Amino acid sequence: MTLHRLSSMIWKEFIQMRRDRPTLAMMLGIPIIQLLVFGYAIRMDVRHLPMAVYDESRTQESRELVQKLEATDNFVVSRRVSSYAEAVRMIDRGTVRAAVVIPSSFARDLKRGRPTAVQLLVDASDPTTSQNAIAAAQLVGQSRNIAVLSALSRLPIDGDRPRVDVRVRPLYNPALKSAIFIVPGIIGVILSITMMIITSVSVVREREYGTLEQLIVTPITRGEIMIGKIAPYVAVGYVQLTAVLTLGHFIFHVPLRGSLLVVYGVTFLFIVANLGLGLFISTLARTQAQAMQGSYFFFLPNILLSGFMFPREGMPHIAREIGLAFPLTYYLQILRSVVLKGARLVDVLPQAAMLLLLAIIFFSVSVKRFHKKLE
Amino acid sequence: MQESSSSPDPKNGAGRVVDVVAITKRFGSITAVNDVSFDIRQGEIFGILGPNASGKTTAIRILCGLLQPSSGTARVAGIDVVANPDGVKSRIGYMSQAFGLYRDLTVEENLRFYAGVYGLQREWKERVAWAIREMHVTAAPGQIVGTLSGGVKQRLALGCALLHRPPVVFLDEPTAGVDPAARRLFWKIIRDLSKGGTTMIVTTHYMDEAEQFDRLAFLSQGRLKAVGTPEEVRNSFGARQSLEDIFVMLQEKET
Repeated sequence: MTLHRLSSMIWKEFIQMRRDRPTLAMMLGIPIIQLLVFGYAIRMDVRHLPMAVYDESRTQESRELVQKLEATDNFVVSRRVSSYAEAVRMIDRGTVRAAVVIPSSFARDLKRGRPTAVQLLVDASDPTTSQNAIAAAQLVGQSRNIAVLSALSRLPIDGDRPRVDVRVRPLYNPALKSAIFIVPGIIGVILSITMMIITSVSVVREREYGTLEQLIVTPITRGEIMIGKIAPYVAVGYVQLTAVLTLGHFIFHVPLRGSLLVVYGVTFLFIVANLGLGLFISTLARTQAQAMQGSYFFFLPNILLSGFMFPREGMPHIAREIGLAFPLTYYLQILRSVVLKGARLVDVLPQAAMLLLLAIIFFSVSVKRFHKKLE
Repeated sequence: MQESSSSPDPKNGAGRVVDVVAITKRFGSITAVNDVSFDIRQGEIFGILGPNASGKTTAIRILCGLLQPSSGTARVAGIDVVANPDGVKSRIGYMSQAFGLYRDLTVEENLRFYAGVYGLQREWKERVAWAIREMHVTAAPGQIVGTLSGGVKQRLALGCALLHRPPVVFLDEPTAGVDPAARRLFWKIIRDLSKGGTTMIVTTHYMDEAEQFDRLAFLSQGRLKAVGTPEEVRNSFGARQSLEDIFVMLQEKET
């Protein structure tokens, strides 16, 4: 391997990259667009669902209950309706996402110490959104219960405060903002898309255009060809990482609690693992279009099973096992730990070791196939 | 051809740039090249002719160090391609059938890239200028290669293959899809290079071009059917046939 030949390859690759404007724009534009789209649009922490109120009781007690529901920040009263059917219809149409139905006997039963029921209709077609709302509503009910029970037992009560107060302290992301959780994930997703698609396409292009055939009859070695093709994309990966981290910090106030050095170091392993995957795809594909499709084939399970969108804890056994084969799974755990929790290298060493292992496996298998393909 | 090719005998080796002895290449049950031997002298324009699937491409790939033969030996420019397939690459130039340069790079960038790949250090500028001049690359150095005409592209590709002054150059169907004027210019360049001592090994489908060869080898179904000057090859098939007749006859015998 000579530095001279390698640097010629890298030089050529950079010129081609610069000249391929659409791809260049994609590589640098995608991270920013994805960051903004995911950061702003994805809200797992849905608040302020529009709610209809069907209050047959029309008492101080019933108004108080509605206020308590609103006070949770999960509901906003947007309609008052005069029949149960009307409430249901509004949910059907999507005018409101929830409706509370308070029976006429509500206040009377409460005063007499009889059990009473309030119905909350929630549009649960989107489970994530509705679960928060349901939990909040149940909490309101419980705290009312405790208040009533303590009143009945004539124990001294301190406002609505229950005796046992479970105080939850959300760590690392106290405001429970989705963006803070999502941004480190976006870095992983963007890096894996770019590395896989761009490398597989750029290697296949050399074969499709016949330039590889010319190249392999020169003294340049296969190792030099591969490293020369890949090195510029490692640089692109680091530009993307830096862009998303910086924008995420300033737009979404994503903290950086851990060491930047660990983030950048582990990212190298992740990039190499994905380049290995890209190279692998390039050995399967004959045309650039096939390389593109091949990348998407890996891309979807990568996003779905890695824990980027859905927690891996909730997945069936088999899905979790498959997820273990994706570098993104480990990289996400590392990034979230280091960026959000300030984990040190020792804390994420097991995941980093797995990344290294996958990088070695993917790369050596691909290099072997790449060599074979050249003959 | 009887001499041992493995011994670097200066007396026999003098003037002989390529020495192929009993090369055979099998792919599974198919024998692509079957016991082929020939030699090429320095400065010759040597043709390898034959119908499709006759083993031409396989033979060239072996000589370029891209394929290992199943048996036999071959020396190219003083290097044993079986023992040292990578070593031969810096001693040869190769121009592939499909245009193999980068279409999105300029004339100068392509030349500069190949100069780098061939390990030229300080002299690259001078060699790039030489290639543009000698190959009649009638285009601005800053022109994107994808926009060049077929003839200019072809001469530029040849220029890239000659930057490192290789003693042996392989041209695989170099004039396919090039207009007659450009073909004529190309052959003039080839003859000039051969006069300068560069050995040119050319495959072609155009039988009128075959008359340009100093010597040629006729391959069919992996076997060497004849080798010698165009005249000798014609005579070996007897009855005053033209090379084109022989070519067609061989092709028909296969099917």
